[in-house]
Amino acid sequence: MSRRIRNFLLLAPAGAWFLVMLVLPLAVVIIFSFGERGPAGGYVPAFTLAQYANLPARWAAFRNTMMLAPTGTVAALVIAYPLAYFLAVRVSARWKMTLLVLVIVPFWTSILIRSYAWIFLLGGRGIPALLDLIGISDLRLINTPFAVLVGIVYGYLPLMVFPIYVSLDRLDKRLLEAAADLGARPWAAFVQITLPMSIPGIATGCMLVFILLMGEYLIPALLGGGKVFFVGNALVDLFLQSRNWAFGSAVAATLVIVMLVTVSIYMRLMARLGNGRDDVSLM
Amino acid sequence: MTNTPLDDKQDQTQPRVIAELRGVTKRFGTVLAADNLNLSIGEGEFLSFLGPSGCGKTTALRMLAGFEAPTEGDVLLDGAVVNEIEAHRRPVNMVFQHYALFPHMTVAENIGFGLRQMRPRMAKGEISDKVRRALDLVRLPGFEDRRIWEMSGGQQQRVALARAVVNEPKMLLLDEPLAALDRKLRKEMQIELQNIQRSLGITFILVTHDQEEALSMSDRICIMRDGRIVQIGTPQELYDQPISRYVADFVGTSNFFDGTLEAGSGAIAGVKLANGITLGGRPVGAIAAGDPVSLSVRPEQIGLTRKQGGAGALPVTVRNRIFLGEHTEYLVRHETLGEFFVLAPRQSELSEGPFNSGEGLFASWDATAALVLTRK
Repeated sequence: MSRRIRNFLLLAPAGAWFLVMLVLPLAVVIIFSFGERGPAGGYVPAFTLAQYANLPARWAAFRNTMMLAPTGTVAALVIAYPLAYFLAVRVSARWKMTLLVLVIVPFWTSILIRSYAWIFLLGGRGIPALLDLIGISDLRLINTPFAVLVGIVYGYLPLMVFPIYVSLDRLDKRLLEAAADLGARPWAAFVQITLPMSIPGIATGCMLVFILLMGEYLIPALLGGGKVFFVGNALVDLFLQSRNWAFGSAVAATLVIVMLVTVSIYMRLMARLGNGRDDVSLM
Repeated sequence: MTNTPLDDKQDQTQPRVIAELRGVTKRFGTVLAADNLNLSIGEGEFLSFLGPSGCGKTTALRMLAGFEAPTEGDVLLDGAVVNEIEAHRRPVNMVFQHYALFPHMTVAENIGFGLRQMRPRMAKGEISDKVRRALDLVRLPGFEDRRIWEMSGGQQQRVALARAVVNEPKMLLLDEPLAALDRKLRKEMQIELQNIQRSLGITFILVTHDQEEALSMSDRICIMRDGRIVQIGTPQELYDQPISRYVADFVGTSNFFDGTLEAGSGAIAGVKLANGITLGGRPVGAIAAGDPVSLSVRPEQIGLTRKQGGAGALPVTVRNRIFLGEHTEYLVRHETLGEFFVLAPRQSELSEGPFNSGEGLFASWDATAALVLTRK
């Protein structure tokens, strides 16, 4: 068998999968986005930019997504980094595994069920009721951007913790001894050695969380209560409620473009930060 | 220079003491890594800790660097106790075993790292000047912008050295710095380390398990075993006057014949070997009649001849011949003593010709060249 045929066979399953599940649906979405809504909903072939001109109608969804996805990513990073550092650097080998498993345990339960738990916690009989006891009354948490932020940070934290943990765990501790030997105080050694050496983990974690957050639907639906909605919620609304497939497709295509632009800017930034280092992989 | 006593700081002929270990003991849990170490290190000295892995030499070095604090005793730098002073506050620098260079920095950034930590801050121009001079010193001029992974092991070793000496430390600590290099490069670096040490006048403290490395570079060697210092001395003192079989075995090569010390010995003592033969040798240290001892004879001190020699000559058979250029090494076998090594210089071969495998010869040595050493 020639090398070419073998390479073809290796790539065929994934290629077929991507063709059917990614390229075709994307082509359909792009074609639909230039079409029109039928009288009873659905799609009527046409070539018009009317759907794109109508995008500002869904501005709020884009604004929420573009605000909360980066905020959620940064919040997850801020919470995950010290945790990953603790697990990788401070915990003895005996406890490492146990604590790492504890980080994953929530994943064993459906996000749907966990989000319902948050509905209760953030709802009137949850945390606000407790705060009421110490005199902070009339605090509303559920159905606010804050509730959605709490939900997404909670949901995606492990995805941030693990890549950072791996990069910190791989960090040669002798480099820190060398830094100390050369006169670096603990904080200076962290800033000059540990942090730059963990950039690959940070980059991977942020990328994973950010991309998934851009398409998030469930958590804003449950904790935002229809008041704080993402592009994902707008899409469900357009396709399933208003049955406006053409406009829905335009919104979806725009989301893909926004993501591509954001991710390419981000990657360029990371490449500059990496400055040609071969130990910094972008993903 | 022999083991410097602790109380001779006033003595003008001795170099100033720069570092001291006073009764230093270090325990890791139940493991005794260093046991009552006493040592003073002179300014500008090149001192080696020599011993097998686990003998405590690295622990001793790490206590001088400040990575470990002694469990008991005191570590002194420049006359002050520094037990609780952390590594980043000590005026000493280390060359790490695997270099521990920062992979995300250029060569210049690596070397300038220590200078950038200094407070008040050092001017950028001054840092780059010093970095350039350090690169010249380790013979890597113009390598400033190279990346660490672009460099060979030998070049990385030089960068590690430059990164440490650029800070002008009071002491430079070297943890098996040449272990990762191939033989030829190691030889080259040994000479270069010596030259750098002489030109800078910095005290060098080397940790190694390689006797050749220690012997070729050091002013003094500190032989260690099981966390203790066994003997301190110049390479020649250790080679000529080892105080135990352990030291004789670690410094150079030697033939050992085990036996017990006979009573009534003077300058030359009799050692009764297991097979009933008694051989003479010079007793070293505190050993008493009946003690288990080894008779140590260096291979180069044994003579070989085809002629029937004097009364003490041992009849042997040549087993192997190894040509070493200037010398030839023979492995010979005696009926009851077993096999031992003889190193014959070229000249004697010219007079008596090379001996062949299987040939019957007579081996002899001067009893004063044989040392009677404790086996403890």
